[in-house]
Amino acid sequence: MLNHISTYLYQRPKLILRLLLGPPMLYMLVVYLGSLFTLLVNSFFSLNDFTGLVVYEFTLRTYAKLFEATNLGIFFRTASMAMAVTLADIIIAFPLAYYIARFSSTRLKTYLYIAVTLPLWSSYLVRVYAWKLILAKEGIVSWFFELFGIQFILDKLLSIPEIGGSSLSLSPIGMFIAFCYIWLPYMIVPIQTALERVPKSLIEASSDLGANAAQTFRNVLLPLALPGVIAGSIFTFSLTLGDFIIPQVLGNSRYFIGQAVYSYQGTAGNIPLAAAFTMGPVVIMIVYLLIARRLGAFDAL
Amino acid sequence: MTTPAIRFENVSRHFGEVKAVDNTDLEIRDGEFFSMLGPSGSGKTTCLRMIAGFDRPTAGHIYLYGQDVSDLPPYERDVNTVFQDYALFPHMTIEDNIAYGLMIKGVDKKERIKQVDAMLDLVRLPGYGSRKPSQLSGGQRQRVALARALINHPKVLLLDEPLGALDLKLRQQMQVELKSIQKRVGITFIFVTHDQEEALTMSDRIAVFSEGKIQQVGTPSDIYERPATQFVAGFVGTSNLLSGAVAKRITGSEQMFSIRPEKIHLGAENSKPEKDMLTIDGVIRDVVYLGLFTRYLVEIEGGSDLVVIEQNLKTTSMDVLSAKGQKVRLYWHKDHVSHLGN
Repeated sequence: MLNHISTYLYQRPKLILRLLLGPPMLYMLVVYLGSLFTLLVNSFFSLNDFTGLVVYEFTLRTYAKLFEATNLGIFFRTASMAMAVTLADIIIAFPLAYYIARFSSTRLKTYLYIAVTLPLWSSYLVRVYAWKLILAKEGIVSWFFELFGIQFILDKLLSIPEIGGSSLSLSPIGMFIAFCYIWLPYMIVPIQTALERVPKSLIEASSDLGANAAQTFRNVLLPLALPGVIAGSIFTFSLTLGDFIIPQVLGNSRYFIGQAVYSYQGTAGNIPLAAAFTMGPVVIMIVYLLIARRLGAFDAL
Repeated sequence: MTTPAIRFENVSRHFGEVKAVDNTDLEIRDGEFFSMLGPSGSGKTTCLRMIAGFDRPTAGHIYLYGQDVSDLPPYERDVNTVFQDYALFPHMTIEDNIAYGLMIKGVDKKERIKQVDAMLDLVRLPGYGSRKPSQLSGGQRQRVALARALINHPKVLLLDEPLGALDLKLRQQMQVELKSIQKRVGITFIFVTHDQEEALTMSDRIAVFSEGKIQQVGTPSDIYERPATQFVAGFVGTSNLLSGAVAKRITGSEQMFSIRPEKIHLGAENSKPEKDMLTIDGVIRDVVYLGLFTRYLVEIEGGSDLVVIEQNLKTTSMDVLSAKGQKVRLYWHKDHVSHLGN
């Protein structure tokens, strides 16, 4: 019986393909794209300010709200943070990924892999609260600054308007540090994978043809690792755009996109505005990917 | 006397306990096509990599036209390499690949394009400039790799088993082409290969490597006709090696010697060879008919086996196969014997 089924399937490769791809495609279409579509539809409704009820009529009024100064501020703040975090993670991750891909032995590579992904084994919330303690006014970081008598540097840092605050744990700087840490593995792994795929002979060929280390990096290594960098930056950028826990635990009272969505769909019951806010990161990501493609990031794929 | 293109002075490259290259001296002359021949792990590629600068000798010195380059990085040496896997940059067009060295040197774009076109003509790929490496066949990539190296007019061109990945026909075609390009540009070529036939057909001189040491340096006919060691005799072509009592019976000395299978004549049992010929009697134990020639395995007096190759000038497969079991007299000219060191 089983043999019959197996023979039947063997002769029909297209049927196998349909059976294997069907369920995930269905899931993708209904659950994933479906909910995105629902969001899109909801964002074109509006909230009646008097009754607090959603008006199910097509309108652009909700989108117009996004362009109010406070809301534009939220977008700007979140996007700037996402960009800063992405850049910092690229700078931190690249040398690490390069070392793992090029210089470490197979054995060491395994250990480093575990070391990089180990933080992901513990709860995200626990790690964020750990950072709150580390960055707190009485925390280890300020203790360290005091120990070396360089408290004034920290004070100066925290007195910078916009990104400073009363302590690291209550400032955008603290959020930035926590974001960089939390998303770092998502940057290291894709870059490392991309670098691993660059044959050693290409680097040797470049230096053989007269290029020094910096020229080889710019002309050969970076272009070939770029798809990995872009993949990593999609993670760090979009995860930062949507996060609402770190801003809530570590930041000041100023909202990020995630927090805005969270509060509008929750207590405020303003689903249309929450939906419109959610469309923001979607649009930002699409623009980001288009720019990346224009810059040739996917040429080496 | 002119300065040698490359000179090795007591060069060693040890990887921990492994002596990849051990205390080697070598001179490669200006303008010659020089092959480094040996099995994998014999140290030939390590020597090449040390000339290119990818590896540094753990002891000794390497001179490029008299200049000590032992500690110079690859980008400061007037040497270019054609890699085994070609190592073309996948994200660049053929034109940009070939122009890479000029671009790094800061040659302006107009001049670059002119030189790239000349190079594409030299390797017979005109009009391919705007393609990507992935759109070319193995043989074409090979030529691009050659053009990319030659455009810099290096003093020495290094080729690391560049024909290894090509099929037989293309390989033979590229052998001829490489040789003619070398004649035209007049640059010293150093060619690493494990294929003895390739080395014999292309080279002006050959160095045979084994276990980190050079066994013999010489012209192809030197290497083939007068192998210096047992290893060379065995690695380059096939050889019959005889020593001890059997050797004494034939040559009068117990010293080991080699004799090539095609130099041995297969005579009738009681034939009388001319003077200066060495003889030994035996029985044909096995016959392999190979069309162009026939290979006989002859058991000689004293117990050793000799391989004899005879061209099938008049014989047919029927004739040769019936020879099995016949008593024969083997003879060869004493000049064709090479006495071997150890």
